[in-house]
Amino acid sequence: MKNFIRVVALGGTAVLALAACGSAPSASTSSSASASASSFKACMVSDAGGFDDKSFNQSGYEGLKKAGTDLGVQVKTVESKQESDYTPNVESMISEKCDLIIGVGFALESAIHKAAEANPKVNFALVDSSFSDASGNAVTLANAKPILFDTAQAAYLAGYVAAGVSKTKTVATFGGKQYPSVTIFMDGFVDGVAKYNEDNGTAVKTLGWDKAAQTGSFTGTFDDQSTGQTQGKAFLDQGADIIMPVAGPVGLGTVAAIQAANNGSMLIGVDSDWALSNPSAASITLTSVMKEIGTAVFDTVKSASAGTFSSDPYVGTLKNGGLGLAPFHDMESAVSSDLSGKVDALKADIIAGKITVASASTPK
Amino acid sequence: MTSTSSSGTGAGDQTPPVAAAPEPAAAPEPAPAPGAPTGSRWRQVALEIATGSAGVTVLAVVLALLFGGVLIAAADPTVQAAAGYFFARPLDLFGAAWHAVSQAYAALFSGAVYDVEADSFARGIKSLTETLTLATPLILAGLGLGIGFRASLFNIGAQGQVVLGAVFAGYIGFAFQLSAPLHVLLAVLGGAIGGGLWAAIAGVLKARTGANEVIVTIMLNNIAVYLIAYLLSLHSWQRPNSNNPQSPALHDSSMFPLLLGDGFRLHAGFLLAIVACLVVWWLMERSTLGFQFRAVGANPEAARTAGISVATVTVWVMVVAGALAGLAGAAQILGTEGGSGLTEGIAGTVGIDAITVALLGRSKPLGIFFAGILFGALRAGGVVMQARTGTPIDLVLVVQSLIVLFIAAPPLVRAVFRLPSPRSHVGAETPSALTAKEVRA
Repeated sequence: MKNFIRVVALGGTAVLALAACGSAPSASTSSSASASASSFKACMVSDAGGFDDKSFNQSGYEGLKKAGTDLGVQVKTVESKQESDYTPNVESMISEKCDLIIGVGFALESAIHKAAEANPKVNFALVDSSFSDASGNAVTLANAKPILFDTAQAAYLAGYVAAGVSKTKTVATFGGKQYPSVTIFMDGFVDGVAKYNEDNGTAVKTLGWDKAAQTGSFTGTFDDQSTGQTQGKAFLDQGADIIMPVAGPVGLGTVAAIQAANNGSMLIGVDSDWALSNPSAASITLTSVMKEIGTAVFDTVKSASAGTFSSDPYVGTLKNGGLGLAPFHDMESAVSSDLSGKVDALKADIIAGKITVASASTPK
Repeated sequence: MTSTSSSGTGAGDQTPPVAAAPEPAAAPEPAPAPGAPTGSRWRQVALEIATGSAGVTVLAVVLALLFGGVLIAAADPTVQAAAGYFFARPLDLFGAAWHAVSQAYAALFSGAVYDVEADSFARGIKSLTETLTLATPLILAGLGLGIGFRASLFNIGAQGQVVLGAVFAGYIGFAFQLSAPLHVLLAVLGGAIGGGLWAAIAGVLKARTGANEVIVTIMLNNIAVYLIAYLLSLHSWQRPNSNNPQSPALHDSSMFPLLLGDGFRLHAGFLLAIVACLVVWWLMERSTLGFQFRAVGANPEAARTAGISVATVTVWVMVVAGALAGLAGAAQILGTEGGSGLTEGIAGTVGIDAITVALLGRSKPLGIFFAGILFGALRAGGVVMQARTGTPIDLVLVVQSLIVLFIAAPPLVRAVFRLPSPRSHVGAETPSALTAKEVRA
């Protein structure tokens, strides 16, 4: 045993020593590589989900990173671990002399709001919420831009496709927590199914969300994947064959439940194109409701660094490309050309304003 | 056991109550070494400080910071690159490591005590005020937990009690309109009542049914989390024109006054924490109730024999602990968060961190006060460390956890610093005293 430990220790040391045998970089290498970089500093504060949440924090982070490489602006990020971190983190970004500070998530509203009022020379942006005063009236701040998404529009299309593809005539959706940025997906989905029923005289059921009562199924978490698996299995047992989980990585648990059932059931991804971001799920992903947070962040940084920052709210819609329905990829064959043609027509109608998808959570 | 048995004439297997009761008070204190070996007095003092619990605590913090430094260096990309050509230019590695660690800890200091890079004194000293602000709820909740620990109740429920304290204080803050001093007093009182009631559930269950308080309080934490989520899904608890899970902003009259003006978050809740330290000290060291708490903690059987109602004391311990945790919730919502209203995460991890604070402070008010400040400093400094040097905030959590690890293992700390065990000196007396006690029992 002793010898064994010696051998392992010796081997480990040797590996370390070999690994350390690389040649040194020439001493003249200076850090002037970023000399051409702009002096503009764009900063981002995550919410408690962190930048690796496979959801909106991550999308925002990727948008900022892209701005860093493409626009040459300086980038700084801080992660929050809990709500009490929001105010200190935003404060710390002000101390770091950031020119633009982006808060990700409605929970940062009060931290960003207060910082924007106290620091009129710094620009701010806030993802998924607008600003309101103490009594809940909307306020506009000259130096703070809300970045919002009328997600119901894209979810409506997804609901329509789901209703058309479902063989069991039962589809389902569930959320992580009952936040407006979550239920707006579910509202649109339910309406899309209802629209399909209306057009085709069918009676496709939606499990997991009652739009009128605003009640439904929630896992209560955005990070415990097992809850997504349990919820997914429950819906499959109730006969649903298409499920849209609106709960970030919790939806990966639903992927596992659908793959285990292996009965041709399918999933609708949210936020990004899941067929691309989760290749293992590509074979069961019908489509995804895409929310282009990264693009919106990139555009905000771009205009701010060019000196054309405006505090007008950005509202992502199908029209401006802030929202979209992902391609069907592997599922192309499951969707009849008739159905996909109808979805394209609906999309055009929504863009033209002929159809308004209403939701209690629509950004005002 | 009825009070008749307190005459001491009971069966031989009962501890004589008069002898048993005062002992637990003395037991937790490390006994001074009577008849200690010869040597200069200074050496003796140094030895006592180093080997006593306070010394171990300080050394544990030092060790944790050292280990944290190693991790900061290991996580730094420049250091990793330099390690790749260690044999070609070894000094690079040490230079890069020193740079990474010193920058990170300098930023930690800047965020926790005084920001040397600030433009003005006010901006610089803001760091210290942030430390005190973040320490406030930890001290309050830690005091509550410390009382429980000294009464041998392992109350893990501070988190739920903080939530309930914030719910009660927050509701009073946004739903009522009252004049300033009355409003804030009512809100604070509401916070204490909310936390106290929540903890009383666990206390009553423990006292009446013997339910394990660890399990009950953990479950109550979960219930509290879902309770606040449910409340915030009700329109009456949300802001008008919004369905975000966030309550209306609190009225200014319900807020703790700011101690240093608008530019700083430090609020009167910090003074409340200091007062709470004094009150808890008096309660535990000078009052009859506190004596009963400690007696039950040291030996419930003996306490019962002495005529103390263990069930009643259990409930009271939980109520006092919960009220203090509730005050921590009140401090969060009425002070630190600036009146922005009740949110699901209002309690953060205060209730969990407070367990560490109470352990670090050895469950004593003064110790908890300084442990709370230390954790407040780590938290405030960690924010700046992350922002300024890009050091992951997780490292601060690792350092906190390491401190606890080292505190939980004093022999490890002593081994690292080659300190003698206190037992080798005091031991000659203490074991015999304990044995005598056991023999009598």
